[in-house]
Amino acid sequence: MKLDNNVKNALFEFLLRMGDDRLILGHRLSEWCGHAPVIEEDIALGNIALDLIGQASAFLNFAAGVEGKGRTEDDLAYFRNETEFKNLQLVEQPNVDFAHTIVRQYFFDVYSNLVLTNLTSCPVNELAGMASKSLKESKYHLRHSKQWLLRLGDGTDLSNEKTQNAVNNLWRFTKEIFDIDETEKLLIEKGIVPEMSGFREKWLDSINKTFMEAKLKLPEDNLDFSAGSRNGFHTEHLGHLLAEMQILARSYPGAKW
Amino acid sequence: MSEKNKDSQWPLWEVFVQSEQGGPHIHAGSVHAPDPEMALQNARDVYSRRNEAISLWVVPSVSITATMPSDQGPFFDPASDKIYRHPQFYHVPKGLK
Repeated sequence: MKLDNNVKNALFEFLLRMGDDRLILGHRLSEWCGHAPVIEEDIALGNIALDLIGQASAFLNFAAGVEGKGRTEDDLAYFRNETEFKNLQLVEQPNVDFAHTIVRQYFFDVYSNLVLTNLTSCPVNELAGMASKSLKESKYHLRHSKQWLLRLGDGTDLSNEKTQNAVNNLWRFTKEIFDIDETEKLLIEKGIVPEMSGFREKWLDSINKTFMEAKLKLPEDNLDFSAGSRNGFHTEHLGHLLAEMQILARSYPGAKW
Repeated sequence: MSEKNKDSQWPLWEVFVQSEQGGPHIHAGSVHAPDPEMALQNARDVYSRRNEAISLWVVPSVSITATMPSDQGPFFDPASDKIYRHPQFYHVPKGLK
């Protein structure tokens, strides 16, 4: 598919967003390795982390190709600075505890399923292919996080309290998920990314249903908080994460192991 | 069995993995989980994360009745010392195809 330069730039941006979401969330989940509450869950979180990093690798590799400046997926992952990362603020939030991890994951999984399902009908074949491969994984991730959310919310008083607390803390990072900016508008207009209107409603609808069942309350809608992570604005947590994630590649450029 | 279940963890589940259509579900190991759905998820993550399965069963370990090591003699030995119990003992009559 032959693309104009401005469309190409927009597609590059969009692929960075998809890739960065998964890279950063994957890294966050990997921090649980050896620390999860039970060994089965340790393995489960590790599996999901690996899935997400695999997806990130595919999106960033394609992004590097679209950009056409000779960068590789590793250059994009390890040699960009904080403000050049386009992931959602939601996914960079720290693990805090198991409840925060599961709530963050559930919010992302519902969103990810919507976006990936949508992208499977994208006319850019590579992107459609990546989306349908990732969607399979993402469906399992959603099943995992949803089942946990139901059990934590509708578990003991303490597990409910911790989960509600996590919901309240993370809620403000969910609004920007559905902001559609010029980049996405252009891609939608050119028919590269299918129409995404109504996503927030669908997302809210799923969250609502699960919350009812999990005996969790949707926080008051005080969502005037629009974060702008898609343009490189982040919370303080991303820098620390990147320092750890990138130090090896930056200290020993080209290292192989 | 009773010793095994004395830990403070979630109940134990035995995991059976089917690796191809029509094949048997083969015992793969066990996982701890609070309920059947979580047992399936844990089994998937522990025993099928590299594409080994097309179907999984989980069974509460307490539902399995097993022989004891002391049963070995009475249960299994009688089968092995009488060669006429095996079909190979009998010669196929001539002329039979």
